[in-house]
Amino acid sequence: MSTVSWITARGLFGRRRFLMLLPLPLVLVALAVLCRSLGVDPGQWGPPVLVGLGLAVVLPVVALIVGTGVLGAEIDDGTVVHILTKPLPRWQIVLPKLAVAVGVSAATVAVPLYVAGVLADSVRLGLALAAASALGALAYSALFLALSLVTRRPVLLGLVYVLIWEGLLGNFVSGTKVLSIQQWVIALADRMAPTELLSTTVSVPVAGVLTALVSVGFTVLAIDRLRSFSVAGETS
Amino acid sequence: MTTLSASPEAAAPTAAASTLDLAGVSRWYGNVVAVNDVTMRLGPGVTGLLGPNGAGKTTLLHMMAGFLAPSRGAVTLDGEPTWRNPGVYRRLGLVSEREAVHSFLTAYEFVLASAKLHRLPDPEAAARRAIALVEMADAQDRRIGTYSKGMRQRTRVAAALVHDPQVLLLDEPFNGMDPRQRLHMMQLLHRLGDAGRTILFSSHILEEVEQVSGTVQVMVAGRLAASGDFRTIRRLMTNRPHVFAVRSTDDRALAVALMAEVSVTGVELDRAGLTVRAGDYGAFTRALPKIALAHGIRVRQLTPEDESLESVFSYLVEA
Repeated sequence: MSTVSWITARGLFGRRRFLMLLPLPLVLVALAVLCRSLGVDPGQWGPPVLVGLGLAVVLPVVALIVGTGVLGAEIDDGTVVHILTKPLPRWQIVLPKLAVAVGVSAATVAVPLYVAGVLADSVRLGLALAAASALGALAYSALFLALSLVTRRPVLLGLVYVLIWEGLLGNFVSGTKVLSIQQWVIALADRMAPTELLSTTVSVPVAGVLTALVSVGFTVLAIDRLRSFSVAGETS
Repeated sequence: MTTLSASPEAAAPTAAASTLDLAGVSRWYGNVVAVNDVTMRLGPGVTGLLGPNGAGKTTLLHMMAGFLAPSRGAVTLDGEPTWRNPGVYRRLGLVSEREAVHSFLTAYEFVLASAKLHRLPDPEAAARRAIALVEMADAQDRRIGTYSKGMRQRTRVAAALVHDPQVLLLDEPFNGMDPRQRLHMMQLLHRLGDAGRTILFSSHILEEVEQVSGTVQVMVAGRLAASGDFRTIRRLMTNRPHVFAVRSTDDRALAVALMAEVSVTGVELDRAGLTVRAGDYGAFTRALPKIALAHGIRVRQLTPEDESLESVFSYLVEA
């Protein structure tokens, strides 16, 4: 484990904000268990729990908390200066931090989605949801990590993207779905385990290409922005 | 503007002494000019960067440390730009003013992490050496969150020194330290300077600079107001005219009597009382009671008018 990822992980798990990650996945699993034990038809509870809660809320919110936490929190409290005053190429700082963010988000989201998928349909759907949400965690993390370098309010901007763009506009303006990480995850999961429970208008190739583009593009942006990282002066 | 000849401190020459050069450096934020056309060269030894709050010291230090792009001009370390060039951190260490540390680590873990990030061949030994240098070995296994302000500051200095940099920049390093900690930090800076390192620290307190540094750079309102030997600059500051407000039982008679006093350079009389300008602070304050007594006048009030640090500094700009 590199020193950067070690410090990042220590910082992430040491902050109280990290505890906010726990309730959402627990609610997801609890709802799935409850519906299954009450014998509710999976066609009824599957879409709202798996997509409405799992992919539309748990995945982006967890990725937002973690993705803005790995670098944004250090920028906020100024400790980032200790890592930046080292003769490291900036990609050697961004990539380990991104790896920690993706790993933590994917683990936090994929496990409950796997459980819920198995309860709703099959092991295959569980695995598909876990794999697709891990890819989604990569795209979201790259986006939110880059956001913490281009704005002072990454959490707010990230919430606007998740709630307004993906959540609200996605329901009314179907064109916005093409640029929605949530829809890509649904398309990819549906491709891996075709089921009635998942539906989207975005095609699988588009989803795959855009997921890769967003992941790489925002990572490159983050590396470039970190090269020009300025400490705000007292006089500014 | 006064520019005194800089006299670099005599330091033991080392093989690889580094020079930090600023050539016509300015930095502005929108319409606000924070640093205005500063040119200076820093070589081995301890240099104090002195100036009132808001003079642009921190902005200048951030540009030196590669954390801010100059709007105009160039900052170079041994000919290499510091901006967008992480390679300079092999030779440069920074202790920023903001007291931010990973409080969940122990001092040893924190300094060791710095050593590893520098890819030092023996990070454990380097961390122990740096911690010993700031005398933190006894507390090195406690979490930084439990430290006093001075201990945290020393830990930060240890992390900045772990790779034995040629240049060390410190922003207000004495802030919040008690006198004993200050003395200790000053001795450390002296030792480093004497060993041929280029040390620059900023301060807005005259006395701090006096005890550490022979060479100072004085900044006022974004400009380099004076640079050179501290004692010369200090003399310029203390010999400036001092302004006093005086009220007495007979202001007019006192004004006449004061004009005969050598240390007095001017007297103004108005309804509020006298405004007296004196060339020598000590001589005037000793002479005033005697003059008043000799003329049977009682002095009711004597207040020095422009003793703020800002006025001391701005006097330098006008001189």
